[in-house]
Amino acid sequence: MNQLVDARGLSCPQPVIMTLNKIKEVKEGEIVVLVDTETARENVSRAANSKGWTVADIQPEEEGHRLTLKKEG
Amino acid sequence: MKNVFATKWGIVLTGGIIGILAALLQLWGNPANMGICVACFVRDATGALGLHRAAVVQYLRPEILGFVLGAFVAAYLFKEFRPRAGSAPLVRFVLGFFSMIGALVFLGCPWRALLRLAGGDWNALLGLLGLAVGIWIGTIFLKKGFNLGPARKTYSAVGWIFPLIMAGLLVIMLLNPQVAGQDKNGVLFYSIEGPGSLHAPLIISLVVGLGIGFLAQRSRFCTMGATRDLILFKQPHLFFGLIGFTAAAFIMNLILKQFNPGFTGQPVAHTMHIWNFAGMVLAGLAFTLAGGCPGRQLFLSGEGDSDAAVFVIGMVAGAAFAHNFGLASSAAGATSGGITALIIGFVVCLLIGFTMREKMRA
Repeated sequence: MNQLVDARGLSCPQPVIMTLNKIKEVKEGEIVVLVDTETARENVSRAANSKGWTVADIQPEEEGHRLTLKKEG
Repeated sequence: MKNVFATKWGIVLTGGIIGILAALLQLWGNPANMGICVACFVRDATGALGLHRAAVVQYLRPEILGFVLGAFVAAYLFKEFRPRAGSAPLVRFVLGFFSMIGALVFLGCPWRALLRLAGGDWNALLGLLGLAVGIWIGTIFLKKGFNLGPARKTYSAVGWIFPLIMAGLLVIMLLNPQVAGQDKNGVLFYSIEGPGSLHAPLIISLVVGLGIGFLAQRSRFCTMGATRDLILFKQPHLFFGLIGFTAAAFIMNLILKQFNPGFTGQPVAHTMHIWNFAGMVLAGLAFTLAGGCPGRQLFLSGEGDSDAAVFVIGMVAGAAFAHNFGLASSAAGATSGGITALIIGFVVCLLIGFTMREKMRA
Protein backbone atom coordinates (compact mmCIF):
# COMPACT_ATOMS: atom_id res chain seq x y z
CA MET A 1 0.00 0.00 0.00
CA ASN A 2 1.46 3.31 -1.10
CA GLN A 3 1.57 6.24 1.25
CA LEU A 4 -0.25 9.20 -0.34
CA VAL A 5 0.34 12.93 0.10
CA ASP A 6 -2.30 15.04 -1.63
CA ALA A 7 -0.92 18.56 -1.85
CA ARG A 8 -3.02 19.72 -4.77
CA GLY A 9 -4.17 23.30 -4.52
CA LEU A 10 -1.58 24.11 -1.89
CA SER A 11 1.27 26.46 -2.58
CA CYS A 12 4.76 26.12 -1.22
CA PRO A 13 5.99 25.51 1.36
CA GLN A 14 2.93 23.34 2.22
CA PRO A 15 3.57 20.50 -0.26
CA VAL A 16 7.17 20.25 0.96
CA ILE A 17 6.15 20.33 4.64
CA MET A 18 3.59 17.58 4.04
CA THR A 19 6.06 15.46 2.08
CA LEU A 20 8.78 15.82 4.71
CA ASN A 21 6.30 14.93 7.47
CA LYS A 22 5.37 11.79 5.56
CA ILE A 23 9.03 10.94 4.98
CA LYS A 24 9.64 11.30 8.71
CA GLU A 25 6.67 9.04 9.41
CA VAL A 26 7.36 6.17 7.00
CA LYS A 27 11.19 6.41 6.93
CA GLU A 28 11.49 4.18 3.84
CA GLY A 29 9.53 2.58 1.05
CA GLU A 30 7.33 4.41 -1.41
CA ILE A 31 5.37 7.65 -1.21
CA VAL A 32 3.08 9.09 -3.86
CA VAL A 33 2.75 12.89 -3.87
CA LEU A 34 0.08 14.74 -5.84
CA VAL A 35 0.83 18.37 -6.71
CA ASP A 36 -0.71 20.77 -9.21
CA THR A 37 2.05 23.27 -9.97
CA GLU A 38 5.50 22.90 -11.50
CA THR A 39 6.95 24.85 -8.60
CA ALA A 40 5.59 22.32 -6.12
CA ARG A 41 6.86 19.46 -8.28
CA GLU A 42 10.38 20.93 -8.32
CA ASN A 43 10.36 21.76 -4.62
CA VAL A 44 9.06 18.35 -3.54
CA SER A 45 11.65 16.61 -5.75
CA ARG A 46 14.44 18.76 -4.32
CA ALA A 47 13.30 18.12 -0.74
CA ALA A 48 13.02 14.36 -1.32
CA ASN A 49 16.51 14.21 -2.82
CA SER A 50 17.95 16.09 0.12
CA LYS A 51 16.53 13.41 2.43
CA GLY A 52 18.07 10.58 0.42
CA TRP A 53 14.90 9.66 -1.45
CA THR A 54 14.80 9.28 -5.20
CA VAL A 55 12.06 10.52 -7.48
CA ALA A 56 11.33 7.24 -9.22
CA ASP A 57 8.57 8.49 -11.45
CA ILE A 58 6.68 11.64 -12.44
CA GLN A 59 3.39 11.16 -14.25
CA PRO A 60 1.44 14.08 -15.66
CA GLU A 61 -2.15 14.02 -14.50
CA GLU A 62 -5.18 15.98 -15.54
CA GLU A 63 -4.52 18.47 -12.76
CA GLY A 64 -0.79 18.46 -12.17
CA HIS A 65 1.64 15.69 -11.44
CA ARG A 66 1.88 12.39 -9.57
CA LEU A 67 5.33 11.93 -8.08
CA THR A 68 6.51 8.55 -6.83
CA LEU A 69 9.26 8.86 -4.23
CA LYS A 70 11.30 5.83 -3.19
CA LYS A 71 13.84 4.93 -0.57
CA GLU A 72 15.20 1.44 -0.20
CA GLY A 73 15.29 -0.07 3.24
CA MET B 1 11.36 19.25 -20.11
CA LYS B 2 14.13 20.22 -17.74
CA ASN B 3 13.80 23.72 -16.41
CA VAL B 4 17.36 25.05 -16.41
CA PHE B 5 16.35 28.08 -14.38
CA ALA B 6 15.26 25.85 -11.51
CA THR B 7 18.80 24.49 -11.11
CA LYS B 8 21.33 25.87 -8.66
CA TRP B 9 23.19 27.83 -11.32
CA GLY B 10 19.91 28.87 -12.89
CA ILE B 11 18.76 30.62 -9.75
CA VAL B 12 22.20 32.17 -9.11
CA LEU B 13 22.22 33.48 -12.67
CA THR B 14 18.69 34.84 -12.34
CA GLY B 15 19.58 36.62 -9.10
CA GLY B 16 22.76 37.95 -10.70
CA ILE B 17 20.99 39.29 -13.76
CA ILE B 18 18.33 40.99 -11.64
CA GLY B 19 21.06 42.50 -9.44
CA ILE B 20 22.95 43.86 -12.45
CA LEU B 21 19.75 45.28 -13.98
CA ALA B 22 18.77 46.88 -10.66
CA ALA B 23 22.11 48.70 -10.44
CA LEU B 24 21.82 49.75 -14.08
CA LEU B 25 18.28 51.06 -13.56
CA GLN B 26 19.74 53.43 -10.98
CA LEU B 27 22.28 54.60 -13.54
CA TRP B 28 19.46 55.06 -16.05
CA GLY B 29 17.39 57.20 -13.71
CA ASN B 30 15.72 55.24 -10.92
CA PRO B 31 16.27 56.53 -7.36
CA ALA B 32 19.51 55.66 -5.57
CA ASN B 33 19.57 52.23 -3.94
CA MET B 34 16.13 51.75 -5.48
CA GLY B 35 16.84 50.24 -8.88
CA ILE B 36 13.97 47.95 -8.05
CA CYS B 37 11.77 48.11 -4.99
CA VAL B 38 8.54 46.24 -5.37
CA ALA B 39 6.90 47.87 -2.34
CA CYS B 40 8.05 51.39 -3.27
CA PHE B 41 7.09 50.94 -6.90
CA VAL B 42 3.62 49.64 -6.05
CA ARG B 43 3.32 52.64 -3.75
CA ASP B 44 4.41 54.99 -6.56
CA ALA B 45 1.90 53.38 -8.92
CA THR B 46 -0.81 53.80 -6.29
CA GLY B 47 0.05 57.49 -6.17
CA ALA B 48 0.10 57.83 -9.94
CA LEU B 49 -3.53 56.70 -9.94
CA GLY B 50 -4.33 59.33 -7.31
CA LEU B 51 -5.18 56.78 -4.63
CA HIS B 52 -2.81 58.70 -2.39
CA ARG B 53 -1.68 62.28 -2.90
CA ALA B 54 1.89 62.28 -1.62
CA ALA B 55 3.23 64.39 -4.47
CA VAL B 56 6.78 63.07 -4.23
CA VAL B 57 5.91 59.41 -4.80
CA GLN B 58 3.62 59.33 -7.82
CA TYR B 59 4.75 57.42 -10.90
CA LEU B 60 3.18 54.44 -12.61
CA ARG B 61 6.31 52.29 -12.52
CA PRO B 62 6.49 50.24 -15.73
CA GLU B 63 8.70 47.69 -13.93
CA ILE B 64 5.68 46.51 -11.92
CA LEU B 65 3.54 46.10 -15.03
CA GLY B 66 6.43 44.29 -16.71
CA PHE B 67 6.90 41.89 -13.80
CA VAL B 68 3.34 40.63 -14.09
CA LEU B 69 3.23 40.60 -17.89
CA GLY B 70 6.67 38.98 -18.22
CA ALA B 71 5.65 36.20 -15.83
CA PHE B 72 2.38 35.85 -17.73
CA VAL B 73 4.22 35.34 -21.03
CA ALA B 74 6.68 32.87 -19.48
CA ALA B 75 3.88 30.90 -17.83
CA TYR B 76 2.00 30.63 -21.12
CA LEU B 77 5.08 29.79 -23.16
CA PHE B 78 6.08 26.95 -20.82
CA LYS B 79 2.54 25.74 -20.19
CA GLU B 80 2.61 26.73 -16.54
CA PHE B 81 -0.34 29.10 -16.62
CA ARG B 82 -2.57 27.82 -13.81
CA PRO B 83 -5.69 29.88 -13.18
CA ARG B 84 -6.51 29.32 -9.51
CA ALA B 85 -8.42 31.04 -6.73
CA GLY B 86 -9.99 30.60 -3.35
CA SER B 87 -7.18 30.29 -0.82
CA ALA B 88 -8.38 32.80 1.79
CA PRO B 89 -8.31 35.88 -0.46
CA LEU B 90 -9.42 38.35 2.21
CA VAL B 91 -6.68 37.16 4.56
CA ARG B 92 -4.18 37.67 1.76
CA PHE B 93 -5.53 41.18 1.21
CA VAL B 94 -4.94 41.98 4.89
CA LEU B 95 -1.44 40.44 4.78
CA GLY B 96 -0.64 42.49 1.68
CA PHE B 97 -1.91 45.59 3.44
CA PHE B 98 0.24 45.16 6.54
CA SER B 99 3.30 43.98 4.62
CA MET B 100 3.16 47.32 2.85
CA ILE B 101 2.83 49.21 6.14
CA GLY B 102 5.89 47.36 7.49
CA ALA B 103 7.86 47.94 4.29
CA LEU B 104 7.05 51.66 4.25
CA VAL B 105 8.09 52.11 7.88
CA PHE B 106 11.47 50.65 6.87
CA LEU B 107 11.33 52.23 3.39
CA GLY B 108 11.76 49.21 1.19
CA CYS B 109 10.79 45.66 0.41
CA PRO B 110 13.31 42.81 0.76
CA TRP B 111 14.60 43.54 -2.76
CA ARG B 112 15.38 47.11 -1.83
CA ALA B 113 16.78 46.09 1.57
CA LEU B 114 19.36 44.01 -0.31
CA LEU B 115 19.99 46.78 -2.84
CA ARG B 116 20.44 49.28 -0.01
CA LEU B 117 22.99 46.94 1.54
CA ALA B 118 24.70 46.52 -1.84
CA GLY B 119 24.86 50.31 -2.06
CA GLY B 120 26.48 50.67 1.37
CA ASP B 121 23.42 51.76 3.36
CA TRP B 122 24.11 50.01 6.66
CA ASN B 123 20.61 50.80 7.94
CA ALA B 124 19.57 47.98 5.66
CA LEU B 125 21.28 45.55 8.03
CA LEU B 126 18.64 46.33 10.65
CA GLY B 127 15.92 45.84 8.07
CA LEU B 128 17.35 42.53 6.88
CA LEU B 129 17.76 41.32 10.43
CA GLY B 130 14.11 42.26 11.03
CA LEU B 131 13.10 40.47 7.85
CA ALA B 132 14.86 37.29 8.99
CA VAL B 133 13.18 37.50 12.41
CA GLY B 134 9.76 38.04 10.81
CA ILE B 135 10.29 35.06 8.52
CA TRP B 136 11.50 32.97 11.46
CA ILE B 137 8.29 33.78 13.38
CA GLY B 138 6.34 32.82 10.27
CA THR B 139 8.11 29.46 10.05
CA ILE B 140 7.07 28.67 13.61
CA PHE B 141 3.45 29.10 12.55
CA LEU B 142 4.10 26.96 9.47
CA LYS B 143 5.55 24.21 11.65
CA LYS B 144 2.47 24.40 13.87
CA GLY B 145 0.22 23.75 10.89
CA PHE B 146 -0.56 27.27 9.69
CA ASN B 147 -2.14 27.00 6.26
CA LEU B 148 -4.38 29.33 4.26
CA GLY B 149 -5.97 26.33 2.60
CA PRO B 150 -5.96 25.05 -0.95
CA ALA B 151 -6.79 27.12 -4.00
CA ARG B 152 -9.00 25.63 -6.66
CA LYS B 153 -8.53 25.49 -10.36
CA THR B 154 -10.79 27.99 -12.02
CA TYR B 155 -11.68 29.60 -15.37
CA SER B 156 -8.79 30.82 -17.49
CA ALA B 157 -10.41 34.25 -17.53
CA VAL B 158 -9.88 34.55 -13.77
CA GLY B 159 -6.14 34.18 -14.28
CA TRP B 160 -6.21 36.72 -17.08
CA ILE B 161 -7.79 39.50 -15.03
CA PHE B 162 -4.68 40.77 -13.25
CA PRO B 163 -2.38 40.67 -16.30
CA LEU B 164 -5.14 42.48 -18.22
CA ILE B 165 -5.34 45.15 -15.52
CA MET B 166 -1.57 45.62 -15.92
CA ALA B 167 -1.91 45.81 -19.71
CA GLY B 168 -4.71 48.33 -19.25
CA LEU B 169 -2.54 50.46 -16.99
CA LEU B 170 0.21 50.35 -19.59
CA VAL B 171 -2.21 51.62 -22.23
CA ILE B 172 -3.32 54.40 -19.87
CA MET B 173 0.32 55.34 -19.36
CA LEU B 174 1.06 55.39 -23.08
CA LEU B 175 -2.01 57.58 -23.66
CA ASN B 176 -1.07 59.91 -20.80
CA PRO B 177 2.72 60.17 -20.92
CA GLN B 178 4.71 62.37 -18.61
CA VAL B 179 4.97 66.00 -19.66
CA ALA B 180 8.08 67.75 -18.35
CA GLY B 181 7.32 70.03 -15.41
CA GLN B 182 3.68 68.97 -15.23
CA ASP B 183 2.39 67.07 -12.19
CA LYS B 184 -0.51 65.49 -14.05
CA ASN B 185 -1.41 64.34 -17.51
CA GLY B 186 -4.97 63.15 -18.00
CA VAL B 187 -5.76 60.65 -15.27
CA LEU B 188 -2.18 60.04 -14.14
CA PHE B 189 -0.18 61.93 -11.55
CA TYR B 190 3.54 62.44 -12.07
CA SER B 191 5.94 63.57 -9.34
CA ILE B 192 7.98 66.56 -10.37
CA GLU B 193 10.30 66.22 -7.38
CA GLY B 194 11.27 63.49 -4.92
CA PRO B 195 11.82 59.78 -5.56
CA GLY B 196 8.75 59.57 -7.82
CA SER B 197 10.36 62.01 -10.25
CA LEU B 198 13.44 59.80 -10.60
CA HIS B 199 12.98 57.08 -13.13
CA ALA B 200 14.55 55.40 -16.11
CA PRO B 201 12.92 55.99 -19.51
CA LEU B 202 9.56 54.22 -19.78
CA ILE B 203 10.62 51.78 -22.47
CA ILE B 204 13.76 50.70 -20.60
CA SER B 205 11.84 50.19 -17.35
CA LEU B 206 9.20 48.20 -19.18
CA VAL B 207 11.63 45.95 -21.05
CA VAL B 208 13.68 45.29 -17.90
CA GLY B 209 10.49 44.57 -15.99
CA LEU B 210 9.30 42.12 -18.65
CA GLY B 211 12.67 40.37 -18.67
CA ILE B 212 12.79 40.05 -14.91
CA GLY B 213 9.20 38.85 -14.78
CA PHE B 214 10.05 36.17 -17.32
CA LEU B 215 13.21 35.00 -15.54
CA ALA B 216 11.65 35.09 -12.10
CA GLN B 217 8.67 33.03 -13.21
CA ARG B 218 11.01 30.37 -14.60
CA SER B 219 13.33 30.33 -11.60
CA ARG B 220 10.76 30.94 -8.77
CA PHE B 221 13.07 33.69 -7.45
CA CYS B 222 11.75 34.78 -4.04
CA THR B 223 13.54 36.86 -1.43
CA MET B 224 11.32 35.63 1.41
CA GLY B 225 11.32 31.97 0.35
CA ALA B 226 15.13 32.13 0.33
CA THR B 227 15.33 32.65 4.07
CA ARG B 228 12.20 30.64 4.86
CA ASP B 229 13.44 27.48 3.14
CA LEU B 230 16.81 27.85 4.82
CA ILE B 231 15.21 28.05 8.28
CA LEU B 232 12.43 25.56 7.67
CA PHE B 233 14.14 22.88 5.56
CA LYS B 234 17.84 23.86 5.58
CA GLN B 235 17.27 24.07 1.83
CA PRO B 236 19.59 26.76 0.39
CA HIS B 237 18.31 26.70 -3.20
CA LEU B 238 16.48 30.05 -3.27
CA PHE B 239 19.11 31.58 -1.01
CA PHE B 240 21.68 31.12 -3.79
CA GLY B 241 19.52 33.41 -5.90
CA LEU B 242 19.51 35.99 -3.17
CA ILE B 243 23.30 35.85 -2.87
CA GLY B 244 23.66 36.17 -6.66
CA PHE B 245 21.35 39.20 -6.58
CA THR B 246 23.16 41.01 -3.79
CA ALA B 247 26.67 40.19 -5.00
CA ALA B 248 25.92 41.30 -8.57
CA ALA B 249 24.34 44.55 -7.40
CA PHE B 250 27.31 45.20 -5.08
CA ILE B 251 29.89 44.64 -7.82
CA MET B 252 27.93 46.77 -10.26
CA ASN B 253 27.62 49.52 -7.67
CA LEU B 254 31.41 49.49 -7.23
CA ILE B 255 31.91 49.68 -10.99
CA LEU B 256 29.32 52.43 -11.42
CA LYS B 257 30.56 54.30 -8.32
CA GLN B 258 27.17 53.92 -6.66
CA PHE B 259 28.61 52.44 -3.46
CA ASN B 260 28.54 54.93 -0.57
CA PRO B 261 28.99 53.22 2.80
CA GLY B 262 27.52 54.68 5.98
CA PHE B 263 24.47 55.04 8.18
CA THR B 264 23.62 58.71 7.72
CA GLY B 265 22.63 60.64 4.65
CA GLN B 266 21.56 57.52 2.76
CA PRO B 267 19.02 58.05 -0.03
CA VAL B 268 15.35 57.49 0.86
CA ALA B 269 16.26 56.01 4.24
CA HIS B 270 16.18 56.91 7.93
CA THR B 271 18.38 55.92 10.85
CA MET B 272 15.79 54.90 13.47
CA HIS B 273 17.22 51.43 13.96
CA ILE B 274 14.42 50.02 16.03
CA TRP B 275 11.75 50.98 13.49
CA ASN B 276 13.85 49.84 10.54
CA PHE B 277 14.04 46.52 12.33
CA ALA B 278 10.41 46.33 13.49
CA GLY B 279 9.00 47.42 10.13
CA MET B 280 10.69 44.53 8.40
CA VAL B 281 9.74 42.03 11.12
CA LEU B 282 6.12 42.81 10.29
CA ALA B 283 6.72 42.67 6.54
CA GLY B 284 8.66 39.40 6.82
CA LEU B 285 5.94 37.80 8.91
CA ALA B 286 3.21 38.92 6.51
CA PHE B 287 5.16 37.67 3.45
CA THR B 288 5.75 34.31 5.10
CA LEU B 289 2.11 33.83 6.06
CA ALA B 290 1.14 34.75 2.49
CA GLY B 291 3.80 32.50 0.91
CA GLY B 292 5.89 35.01 -1.02
CA CYS B 293 7.74 38.31 -1.09
CA PRO B 294 6.04 41.15 -2.99
CA GLY B 295 7.98 40.35 -6.15
CA ARG B 296 6.97 36.72 -6.03
CA GLN B 297 3.32 37.73 -5.48
CA LEU B 298 3.48 39.73 -8.72
CA PHE B 299 5.01 36.80 -10.63
CA LEU B 300 2.40 34.41 -9.22
CA SER B 301 -0.33 36.87 -10.23
CA GLY B 302 1.08 36.67 -13.75
CA GLU B 303 0.88 32.89 -13.84
CA GLY B 304 -2.78 32.84 -12.91
CA ASP B 305 -2.77 32.86 -9.10
CA SER B 306 -5.58 35.28 -8.35
CA ASP B 307 -5.02 34.98 -4.58
CA ALA B 308 -1.55 36.43 -5.08
CA ALA B 309 -3.19 39.23 -7.07
CA VAL B 310 -5.44 39.95 -4.08
CA PHE B 311 -2.29 40.26 -1.95
CA VAL B 312 -0.96 42.86 -4.41
CA ILE B 313 -4.24 44.78 -4.25
CA GLY B 314 -3.87 44.66 -0.46
CA MET B 315 -0.45 46.25 -0.92
CA VAL B 316 -2.04 49.00 -3.03
CA ALA B 317 -4.57 49.65 -0.27
CA GLY B 318 -1.77 49.62 2.32
CA ALA B 319 0.21 52.15 0.30
CA ALA B 320 -2.84 54.40 -0.05
CA PHE B 321 -3.47 54.30 3.70
CA ALA B 322 0.22 54.76 4.49
CA HIS B 323 0.43 58.01 2.56
CA ASN B 324 -3.06 59.34 3.18
CA PHE B 325 -2.64 59.01 6.93
CA GLY B 326 1.06 59.72 7.35
CA LEU B 327 2.06 56.18 8.30
CA ALA B 328 5.01 55.92 5.92
CA SER B 329 8.42 56.94 7.16
CA SER B 330 10.54 59.60 5.50
CA ALA B 331 14.19 60.57 5.70
CA ALA B 332 13.23 62.22 9.01
CA GLY B 333 12.24 58.84 10.43
CA ALA B 334 9.20 56.82 11.42
CA THR B 335 5.96 58.58 12.38
CA SER B 336 3.79 57.98 15.45
CA GLY B 337 0.98 56.88 13.14
CA GLY B 338 3.31 54.43 11.45
CA ILE B 339 4.33 52.95 14.78
CA THR B 340 0.69 52.55 15.82
CA ALA B 341 -0.07 50.85 12.50
CA LEU B 342 2.89 48.53 13.03
CA ILE B 343 1.53 47.44 16.40
CA ILE B 344 -1.92 46.83 14.92
CA GLY B 345 -0.26 44.90 12.10
CA PHE B 346 1.59 42.65 14.54
CA VAL B 347 -1.61 41.90 16.45
CA VAL B 348 -3.48 41.09 13.24
CA CYS B 349 -0.71 38.90 11.76
CA LEU B 350 -0.26 36.99 15.01
CA LEU B 351 -4.02 36.41 15.22
CA ILE B 352 -3.97 35.12 11.65
CA GLY B 353 -1.03 32.86 12.48
CA PHE B 354 -2.58 31.47 15.64
CA THR B 355 -6.11 30.96 14.39
CA MET B 356 -5.58 29.58 10.88
CA ARG B 357 -4.04 26.25 11.64
CA GLU B 358 -5.28 22.90 10.62
CA LYS B 359 -4.25 19.51 11.82
CA MET B 360 -1.38 18.29 9.69
CA ARG B 361 -2.84 16.70 6.60
CA ALA B 362 -1.01 13.75 5.17
